[in-house]
Amino acid sequence: MSLSSRHLLGLQGVPKEDIQLILDTATTFREVLERPIKRVPTLQGKTIVNLFYESSTRTRISFELAEKRLSADAINFAVSTSSVNKGESLKDTVRNIEAMKVDMVVIRHSAAGTPLMLTKLCDANIINAGDGIHEHPTQALLDMYSIREKLGRLEGLKVCIVGDIAHSRVALSNIFGLKTMGAKVSVCGPSTMIPKYIQELGVDVIYNIDEAIQESDVLNVLRIQLERKAREYFPSIREYVKYFGITSERLERNKKDILILHPGPINRGVELSSDVADGPYQIILQQVTNGVAVRMAVLYLLGTLN
Amino acid sequence: MKLLLKNSSVINPAQNLNEKEFDILIEDGIIKQTGKNLKLNSDEGKTIDLSGKIIVPGFFDMHVHLREPGREDEETVESGCNAAANGGFTAVACMPNTEPAIDSAEVVEFIKKQASNHLVDVYPVAAASLGRKGEVLSPMAELKDAGAVGFSDDGVAIKSSSLLKRTLEYSLMFDLPIIEHCEDESLAGGAMNESINSTLLGLPAIPNVAEDLIVMRDILLAEYTGGRVHIAHISSANAVNMVREAKKKGIKVTAEVTPHHFTLTDDAVKTYDTNTKMNPPLRTRKDVDAIIEGLKDGTIDCIATDHAPHSIEEKEMEFEYAPNGIVGLETSLGLAFTELLHKKILSLEELILKYAINPRKILNLQIPLIQIGSRANLTILDTEIVWTVDKTKFLSKSRNTPFHRKLLTGKAIGVINNCKMFFEGKFTTI
Repeated sequence: MSLSSRHLLGLQGVPKEDIQLILDTATTFREVLERPIKRVPTLQGKTIVNLFYESSTRTRISFELAEKRLSADAINFAVSTSSVNKGESLKDTVRNIEAMKVDMVVIRHSAAGTPLMLTKLCDANIINAGDGIHEHPTQALLDMYSIREKLGRLEGLKVCIVGDIAHSRVALSNIFGLKTMGAKVSVCGPSTMIPKYIQELGVDVIYNIDEAIQESDVLNVLRIQLERKAREYFPSIREYVKYFGITSERLERNKKDILILHPGPINRGVELSSDVADGPYQIILQQVTNGVAVRMAVLYLLGTLN
Repeated sequence: MKLLLKNSSVINPAQNLNEKEFDILIEDGIIKQTGKNLKLNSDEGKTIDLSGKIIVPGFFDMHVHLREPGREDEETVESGCNAAANGGFTAVACMPNTEPAIDSAEVVEFIKKQASNHLVDVYPVAAASLGRKGEVLSPMAELKDAGAVGFSDDGVAIKSSSLLKRTLEYSLMFDLPIIEHCEDESLAGGAMNESINSTLLGLPAIPNVAEDLIVMRDILLAEYTGGRVHIAHISSANAVNMVREAKKKGIKVTAEVTPHHFTLTDDAVKTYDTNTKMNPPLRTRKDVDAIIEGLKDGTIDCIATDHAPHSIEEKEMEFEYAPNGIVGLETSLGLAFTELLHKKILSLEELILKYAINPRKILNLQIPLIQIGSRANLTILDTEIVWTVDKTKFLSKSRNTPFHRKLLTGKAIGVINNCKMFFEGKFTTI
């Protein structure tokens, strides 16, 4: 079995078989991560560049760890330490990197579509580690892996994505992936943060968080990007917390059994109260561990493709 | 020098002229004789057989960016005029978003001087406010005397309603239009049209209503002041409908559309090709359908390209960071014939109105007549020729087009104006 594409740019249009293959392969690597020696020689001799135009801690570390555990040579190229600050164009940067004979490029960029642009500029396999407000496919894959690990399936599950849907690459990738895998997807958040045409993607829109909790098997709670423009979209954090914050009290009032995911980093006391963030329903740290296994699976499947 | 154009169809709706197998004799740039079976000895001048071709009054593109002064690396008055001639135009109106802006008589005169020896006539549109900043009125009377044919803060709408009101009132003294780029500043700033595609592509979006709000404001102020507003590059369905209703009420409003806005929808953005990034953005099928309705019923008066040259390195950027706009002069007629004439949306006569007659009416300029004694200001069309767009052959300095390698039917094969001819790729004096 192999993937149908040599890049992972997003989950839009990715066939079910490919997602299935990545998740199944991740299961194998998940087991590797429990061994005393957490390293396999699978990608020995391959060179992978982590090209990060936007600051990121956990995604970059997760990729770097996945690369090292597959025995690949990992090189980090971050915006603050590169020639980008000198005004080099993306095209020149990528061509330079390619001239150094790299096999794969993991890219994070604040502008949507940049990973696709890279596929036209160089021959390496391109993996999207988040582009603007477009897609973040490995995050959605690890979310799906984590849900499947916990609940045994994705098909037929009711998953609600909560928060700033309009400015979230995690939301879009989750919608595409989950729909492909047969889950029923809804979104919940302030109406100013729901894209106007989102229902055309076949998702339900819920404005009432209590209703979302009652209706769903899984909540994937997004980070409210307090540092970004997000703050202009609702009146105050107080009001957001009151109407969309997930608290233990709210969970207990509505339902007993629900799975809560969060891509991190959490704003404690905003989208999740502290007791929920540490509580029995969430699997936030399992997501982090699974993230390494899922990224190993993606790198392995793309890196061993002819 | 004499030039005999033979066996051509000749159409000019402005003088109810529609002839077949017609000959035109031009001497020193003036039409000397018209009729059938005219003859010219080879030692007297050149005879060109134009069987199957159509001679029309010189086409006019009333919305181009010539980039001079300021960005001569992207286009100059001369290269822009060459591109215009190659695209079938004998005249263009150039927009004031140069550096410095066209907000003084000196800049108007400079541009006119740069174009003075060219086949193509260049009519500067001056800034409505100093520096296009939306604060202080530009010296409109002086600009008009220097040769400006309209006023615009192009690139943006005139910032405040009070300044637009004043500009319209002031323009009453000379009956020139205020040309508006209709976009509400606070709703602007996106990289593409707002639709399901912007959600799928993760690109910040500009909603139609950003255009609609300013179109409505401008119509109301045109009605209130009695001044003339020309809506540049109309792109949204609501805007077309509002212009239609305003015209019915007798409000002095006119509108232009670009070839890309009647040819493409925002589906074209799916490749993240920065040559599909423009402002106003490519809209949806519904908007394109409304534009086609507007072209048919005369709501949209003319077709103008918004020719916007950009350097390769500026367009070879991340989509969100790339500048807006595409070059249009050398693909305009091909697209109009392919998309409008051959799809039976507009007749050739209607296209001549939109390309030659209406732009001049809007800018208060004389319409070229094809009759004895008139200056020869002509475009020669071959509406049936099938050709492929090749951006490497453009005479424009820039190459930013989404239509490279597109197969089109119909183009201009030559232009004549100012005692000069552009034919078979060459400029000659006639």
